[in-house]
Amino acid sequence: MRWLPRTYLALVYLLLYVPIIVLVVFSFNDSRTGYSWGGLSLRWYESLFNNHAMVQAMWNSLWLALTAATVSTLIGALTALALHRYRFRGKKVLNGMLFVVMMSPEIVLAISLLGLFLLLGLKLGYVSLLLAHVTFCLPFVVITVMARLAGFDERLPEAARDLGASDFTMTRTVLIPVIMPALMAGWMLGFTLSMDDVVVSTFVSGPSYEILPLRIYSMVRVGLKPEVNALGTLLLVFSLVMLMFSHWILSRSKQ
Amino acid sequence: MTKTLLSLSGISKQFDGKTVVDELSLTIDDGEFITLLGPSGCGKTTLLRMMAGFELPDQGTVTLSGVDITQTPPEERPLNTVFQNYALFPHMSVFDNVAYGLKMEKRPKAEIRERVEEALAMVQLEDFSRRKPHQLSGGQQQRVAIARAVVKRPKMLLLDEPLSALDYKLRRTMQVELKRLQRELGITFVFVTHDQEEALSMSDRIVVLKDGLIQQLGTPREVYERPANVFTARFVGQTNFFPGRVTGIEDKRISVDVFGLNRVLGKPSFRVTTNQPLHVLLRPEDLRVLAPDDTEGVAGKIVERNYKGSTLDSVIELEDGSQVMASEFFDEDDPAFDYSIGEPVRVSWVDGWEWLLAEESDEPLTDEEELAADDAEH
Repeated sequence: MRWLPRTYLALVYLLLYVPIIVLVVFSFNDSRTGYSWGGLSLRWYESLFNNHAMVQAMWNSLWLALTAATVSTLIGALTALALHRYRFRGKKVLNGMLFVVMMSPEIVLAISLLGLFLLLGLKLGYVSLLLAHVTFCLPFVVITVMARLAGFDERLPEAARDLGASDFTMTRTVLIPVIMPALMAGWMLGFTLSMDDVVVSTFVSGPSYEILPLRIYSMVRVGLKPEVNALGTLLLVFSLVMLMFSHWILSRSKQ
Repeated sequence: MTKTLLSLSGISKQFDGKTVVDELSLTIDDGEFITLLGPSGCGKTTLLRMMAGFELPDQGTVTLSGVDITQTPPEERPLNTVFQNYALFPHMSVFDNVAYGLKMEKRPKAEIRERVEEALAMVQLEDFSRRKPHQLSGGQQQRVAIARAVVKRPKMLLLDEPLSALDYKLRRTMQVELKRLQRELGITFVFVTHDQEEALSMSDRIVVLKDGLIQQLGTPREVYERPANVFTARFVGQTNFFPGRVTGIEDKRISVDVFGLNRVLGKPSFRVTTNQPLHVLLRPEDLRVLAPDDTEGVAGKIVERNYKGSTLDSVIELEDGSQVMASEFFDEDDPAFDYSIGEPVRVSWVDGWEWLLAEESDEPLTDEEELAADDAEH
């Protein structure tokens, strides 16, 4: 019966990877339909880059993810530090509220944010998207940074102070470098979450600022074009590069 | 001529309504090696943290070389600390860890390099300067922590149980090394430990603490040979307590009844009255174990024997059921010297080797009683 576990494992990985492999292979397919093989070609990549709306949506998405991840990392890191460092009334409640935002259905967040923006009279576009994305990224960043701080040796800040560092210098030279991997991880998490969010973005985006997931969604609705395969492959390569980058940072921080 | 470096006067500290340090006053002399010794929770670490500035006292003042530093933040105090778990900066190399304090002083680069190398040479780690802390052994990390603290040439070095994480052999080596460093640098060391052996072997003076109060302050010899109270006697080293009763008082001597023996002992410094109960304290090495047919001493029998290499430690049960410990050196003339369990013996001591203490109303429990009380609680 030695073949059983191996076959089982092979089957699981096959199920995981077959769709991805099919997508990559068909992105190089010369045929117009997705059902037959018409030879190797890069024409879908070409048509993708000639599609200005698509390229614009890609840049929009990248810029949004970049800014949303950065803003939520800045706010989230400070929030985590405050929650870690100070003892105050209602700290536990605040902690729990982070999880509420994390676990609540995205649609609820989407509707409430839309309601809020309409109430404030905010024009739907980049700003509303940024605010919405920061909102749902924030708890993830806070929790990532807090996990790192939980293992932080409380004697380190004291040692720095003892050696003559002011509170500010200590934060700059000891605290931030030590929690840097968590900041990076939080940023990456925020970037990914923002990059592929559909539900919240559908509600709070406007015609002035179209982002990639929504663009793809509207494309697919009128029929699956092979261009989407090319786009999917590019996104896959991008995620792989990001994954390798984060791995490199983590292994470097361990040295 | 000794001069006072640091003085604490009337220091009190409470945590959540619990008094940890209770109106304590202490002066520390320039250049001495002073140890704060006590069980966990006695306030020794809190006391050290108030010297370093990590905790502020609720009452009282801390003075350094005549200047009041009670409210001075830690970064402005010319003292440095060696932490219990070293607290090395994990993201910095050994060199950068040691250089940190000098960089904070904004010293020129060349001076920093020179002084860091000097400090690392002093702790024999000059070849490790590019390593990260996690690439070092516990003993090496310990030495980096010491180098990092002394490189700033502080007036005083505060050491918070710095050897407690090391194994026995390494601890002994580091004890010798610390003592050497202190002699060479001439810096005042304030050393916190719960290990009485460590305290006895390293210190110029020992402060015995319990419940935030000083129980005794003296040289290791004074603390060991002339404990001020029952707590100190029990905590520092092992002691046999013989119950005594005063039967007669003269000018310089008193007669005491111990297990029916009438011994004439030196008059203690405290007031005695006839019939007063006393503790007659004898260290295990002060007891003499005699043959059962000897005329001197108290009869008993061997209930336990432990071979310790240089000594033979035995537990002897006396006729009244109490147990005493005796520690004897091996006699070169009698290499086969040993006892068998149950062997009858007599126990005595040389007059003048004993130490007398008055009975206290709230005497601390012995280890066995404490364990029993713990069991009852759970």
